[in-house]
Amino acid sequence: PYPYPLSCRSFSTSSFPPSASNVLSPSVDKDAASNLAAMSALLQNLTAAHATARAGGGATAVSRHRARAKMLPRERIDALLDEGSPFLELSPLAGRGLYGKSITNRGSRLLSGFRPGSGSVGRGGWHSWQGAGHEEVPSGGLVTGIGKVCGRLVAIAANDATVKGGTYYPITVKKHLRLQEIAAQCRLPCLYLVDSGGANLPRQADVFPDRDHFGRIFYNQARMSAAGIPQIAVVLGSCTAGGAYVPCMADESVIVRGNGTIFLGGPPLVKAATGEDVTAEELGGADLHCSTSGVTDHYAQDEPHALAIARDIIAQLPPPPRGPSGAVQWQEPLFAAEELRGVVPADPRRAFDVRSVLARLMDGSRLDEFKANFGTTLVTGFGSLYGQPVGVVANNGVLFSDAAQKGAHFIQLCAQRGVPLLFLQNITGFMVGRQAEAGGIAKDGAKMVRAVANAEVPKVTVVIGGSFGAGNYGMCGRAYSPSFMYMWPNARIGVMGGEQAAGVLAQVESEKHRRSGKTWPAEDEARFRASMTSLYDEQARPEYAGARLWDDGCIDPADTRRVVGLSLAAATCNLPRISTESRFGPFRF
Amino acid sequence: MSSSAPSQPPLIKKLLVANRGEIACRVLTTARKMGIPSVAVFSEADRLAKHVDLADESFCIGGAAARDSYLRADVILDVARRTGADAVHPGYGFLSENAAFAEACTAAGVSFVGPPASAIRSMGDKSTAKAIMQAAGVPVVPGYHGEDQSEERLVSEAHRVGFPLLVKAVSGGGGKGMKMAAGPGELMEAIRSARREALASFNDDRLLLERYIQRPRHVEVQVFADRHGGAVYLFDRDCSVQRRHQKIIEEAPAPGLTGGFHKRIGEAAVRAARAVGYVNAGTVEFILDTDSPNQEFFFMEMNTRLQVEHPVSEAITGQDFVEWQLRVAAGQRLPLSQEELGEGAGGEGKEVRGHAFEARIYAERPRNNFLPGAGTVRRWRTPPDAAAFCNGPLRVDSGVREGDPVGTYYDPMIAKLVAHGPDRTTALAALVDGLRRTQVSGLPTNVPFLLRLATHPAFVAAAAPADLTTAFIQQHREQLLAPQIVPQEVAAMAAVARHLLSVRRQSEAEGAEGLTSGLGPWAAGDSKRLWQEHRRTYVVRHPEGGEGAQLRTTLVVQGDGNFLVQSEATNEDAAAAAAAAARPHHHHHHDDGAAAAAAAAGTTPAAPPAAPPAASVRNARLVSDDTLTAEIGGRRCTAQVLMYDSGSGGGGAPVERALDVWMDGEHYHFTWLEPTWSRKAGAASAAGGSGGSVVAPMPGRVVAVMATEGAEVKAGTPLVALEAMKMEHSVVAPRDGVVEAVLVGPGSQVAQGQVLVVVGVGAAKAG
Repeated sequence: PYPYPLSCRSFSTSSFPPSASNVLSPSVDKDAASNLAAMSALLQNLTAAHATARAGGGATAVSRHRARAKMLPRERIDALLDEGSPFLELSPLAGRGLYGKSITNRGSRLLSGFRPGSGSVGRGGWHSWQGAGHEEVPSGGLVTGIGKVCGRLVAIAANDATVKGGTYYPITVKKHLRLQEIAAQCRLPCLYLVDSGGANLPRQADVFPDRDHFGRIFYNQARMSAAGIPQIAVVLGSCTAGGAYVPCMADESVIVRGNGTIFLGGPPLVKAATGEDVTAEELGGADLHCSTSGVTDHYAQDEPHALAIARDIIAQLPPPPRGPSGAVQWQEPLFAAEELRGVVPADPRRAFDVRSVLARLMDGSRLDEFKANFGTTLVTGFGSLYGQPVGVVANNGVLFSDAAQKGAHFIQLCAQRGVPLLFLQNITGFMVGRQAEAGGIAKDGAKMVRAVANAEVPKVTVVIGGSFGAGNYGMCGRAYSPSFMYMWPNARIGVMGGEQAAGVLAQVESEKHRRSGKTWPAEDEARFRASMTSLYDEQARPEYAGARLWDDGCIDPADTRRVVGLSLAAATCNLPRISTESRFGPFRF
Repeated sequence: MSSSAPSQPPLIKKLLVANRGEIACRVLTTARKMGIPSVAVFSEADRLAKHVDLADESFCIGGAAARDSYLRADVILDVARRTGADAVHPGYGFLSENAAFAEACTAAGVSFVGPPASAIRSMGDKSTAKAIMQAAGVPVVPGYHGEDQSEERLVSEAHRVGFPLLVKAVSGGGGKGMKMAAGPGELMEAIRSARREALASFNDDRLLLERYIQRPRHVEVQVFADRHGGAVYLFDRDCSVQRRHQKIIEEAPAPGLTGGFHKRIGEAAVRAARAVGYVNAGTVEFILDTDSPNQEFFFMEMNTRLQVEHPVSEAITGQDFVEWQLRVAAGQRLPLSQEELGEGAGGEGKEVRGHAFEARIYAERPRNNFLPGAGTVRRWRTPPDAAAFCNGPLRVDSGVREGDPVGTYYDPMIAKLVAHGPDRTTALAALVDGLRRTQVSGLPTNVPFLLRLATHPAFVAAAAPADLTTAFIQQHREQLLAPQIVPQEVAAMAAVARHLLSVRRQSEAEGAEGLTSGLGPWAAGDSKRLWQEHRRTYVVRHPEGGEGAQLRTTLVVQGDGNFLVQSEATNEDAAAAAAAAARPHHHHHHDDGAAAAAAAAGTTPAAPPAAPPAASVRNARLVSDDTLTAEIGGRRCTAQVLMYDSGSGGGGAPVERALDVWMDGEHYHFTWLEPTWSRKAGAASAAGGSGGSVVAPMPGRVVAVMATEGAEVKAGTPLVALEAMKMEHSVVAPRDGVVEAVLVGPGSQVAQGQVLVVVGVGAAKAG
């Protein structure tokens, strides 16, 4: 067999000098200045949206929280992480506008006659929460992300008790499970900073019974622990009912004196059930659980102590598999990352050269292109980010058959060599039309989809423009389980663009009118088209996607290299090796 | 061969140095220069000390306590016998003025590098010495010690002695029976009241009279004598600047005095030496009455050894006094005659080679009543252009090296910085420059205090004799010990340094574990956050800023070495009070809270009105591991920095971290506690909390334990008596309560910050 099984991850750090011919051109769009202005406006909005999310449950809730000598979840994380460690926070906009008067309501009503249920939220259907009224759940009431603790990358989930007492809304469950999915894929130890009232009772139907509901959290803990992925819980507040299982299912757990409590039924429930009068501390405090019940393992005197113990526990974990010895060297790109904010044309219908993006992402602005002159609407090639080898698959126009074949070929190549993949999506879809269909665009597209689905290497997807139709599939959209997926502020995602959708739907609607012998007044059709376009546009935005966890977060284009680099490292550093043995079913030739 | 040079006896064959620290190093260096083989002795505490390495042979002579080692004359002479050393240099302190030791050396056939035992004895007894001096025509403080106690006689003697004068009880002490008469008008009342008190207190109404010197200066003369009748003075020194009766800055020659004075005092000193048959190096100390119109000086005492401050005299004479000592001890003649040396400063101005200063670097806390401190020398940097143990424009005589522990067993003086220049102004400037380039950390030192002293206007301008008196420090205490102000730029650099050094420490730990390679950009240490800038708050103690002084800084990490730093001087007590008052609103994290509140109120988040301005730190960079450079407001700032653990914790004591910053010639020292908890801490110990822990205020030895477990104590009740450097310090209960645990016993050696006693809040079981 292959004689050099583990060498694949270090090849790009070879000392061969890069050949100058592979350095990408720095060209940016001719309208960079106006592009930048448009992007700045988007960034401003998103910065404000993120600040709102970070404010959690609001000033009153925050001061109440602090009065109990508790830190906010992001402060807890800061205290937990190594000084200087980045924190890759995931999906901070989760839950945004999800349970309030949002476009969803309008959309559901609008679409209900046409396609029932298509506007439903989460997995439970929107009817079930109609009675709950307007509710904001900033960041989904849960802060998740990846950070470095004692030199080891860990996945962290921290409840935000200032948001509805830290109870689990459907989106909270989804976000928690997504973090566990990442942790399982990347083999990252999990740290749960627990401060939660458990399942949100009014919404129990949407958080309790289904496969990917509350119970899945504990299932995942059990499965990950069995797979050798450490599970550590720090109880900083309540852990009621189902929540009690987070520390109980953990490999090691810490509890804070005074604030931390764990019980299956809280004092009110006990009173109702047995008439017993008992305080929360007596029922499930640190003294009880560390001295009598044995439910928790480590007794902390206060929050900083608890977090210090958690750091000690992480420091004692077996070290991750060793990479190549010595620090890895890399060359920064030759062009400033901030210029990426001016790359995307303000007019979304204008194309831009993806190489100008890659020139600001890749080490040394260098890409060793593969099949540069074939299927030119897809750019493929090898390069590296922070010294980490990566295979790039980037859209540079509509996908034609040849581009799809090239993509499938290149993805197989990376799978065979164990090279992680980076997808840059800017795709309106695969080519349509008689000629394309006759040329077998469907089976060529399928080749790429099959290659993406089966390549057993870490994948990171960034949507830098459109992500429409089957292009989303071939370019490793959410359904293809990329290790991480991000969107730029200008990115749009959907089955098709708003105008095309309005056009299709208007034709169908018009046909219905025709069949029932009615006439459809032109102004009605125009209103229909306009509302449909605006609905599609709203739903295509990164804020909308982020609120629903269709991705792992929206990022500033200038942060792209950093975020992709952090993601690639998180996806690979704990793997003993990257698989070089992907199996693909029959490709359709 | 030649008859012109009298034949000299041979040099010492092998020299044993019966001392430690800088003076041992000093003597050993000259021995090496002269080609004399050397032997060092060391106590168990000094096994790794610098002087041990400087000698050709070294011997351990016993335990850490001086009485078990450096004072063991028998053991030291045994080493001399075993090694064949034919001379012993006692240095200063320890056995240097011990007549019995000098005799024992002679009896053992070993040459004692110092005066004969008889001279030591004569000078050791103050009243004998005074009598000898008076007989030899050396001026002593005028007074009347006669038997005739009649008032008439006392009054007439008083007029002879002069005013102001002191009327003292012969049996007096501790100020009892002592009265001052500023002029003749006050004399009778002083005599009568002193007599009454003397009779009442001592049942002895005999009185004596003595001139009261209101503003004395301490001026001393270096003398040398050989066994061939040669005796010279090597000019005078001023050692007026003292604290706790120990000198800190000395200079030579004594400033602000006329040429004739130097010759007069020098010759008086030689007379004094001759009067006791003195041989070798000695110092005659005089008290100078700055109020007397003709610069009157009086004999005080003679130090029969080489003194700490001898380098200032070496500087202005260009001589090596240890070499002189060794030659004299070998029976040789003095290398130079008085004619060759000249007569002193002033006159021609040619004999004395400029002016010299010495600053003594002590391990001590000036703000804590100059109590000695201890620790490990984490950084020891002196001006690289300074000479060591020999004359030069700058000279550093040091007994420590980086990494050396400094304990409390011995004298806390660890080094001397000497500056020499053509005149007082130049020499003083060189001293200040040398001090600004001296970086010591890991233990408290008086370097910042020395800098303030050396730059104090009254010290700088000390041209008039009246400006330098032994009360100088007391007089200018307010200014010399004024709380240190931390400029914005320094606070900003300190915060950035702490952050970058922490990141580097982390990265080194990762490197050591082999984790770095897999981490990629995670190891970059730039605190990257998405959609926001990372913010850290540091609250550090600033001991030099006064009681309870703290510095609170907020650091915003902007990436690429750019930071925004807000800093604010606060006080521990004030901060605690504010936190308690603002309990529900919790002041500690007001940034986010304020922003959230503003957002809720629909206003744009604005900085709170009282917020201090932020310093924008650009392009901050750690150069090697000890220098931070950055631009603040366009100004390029450079700071030397060092961060270390200054207390090891243990026994429930928190770990103390320290950050030292040297910037713009000033040393800033910050500390903070890294809380440690026992992972086993159970409910019982947790309930008690750590508030009642009584810790040692300084390193030292426990001499007595007054606290008993279970006893009820009031705030202020003495719990433990601690001894450090011959000073006893009482450790008291911080609050009312019950002694829960006594963790030390008599004789225990304790570290600073070590928990001695735990006082619980729980009052004794109420009956």
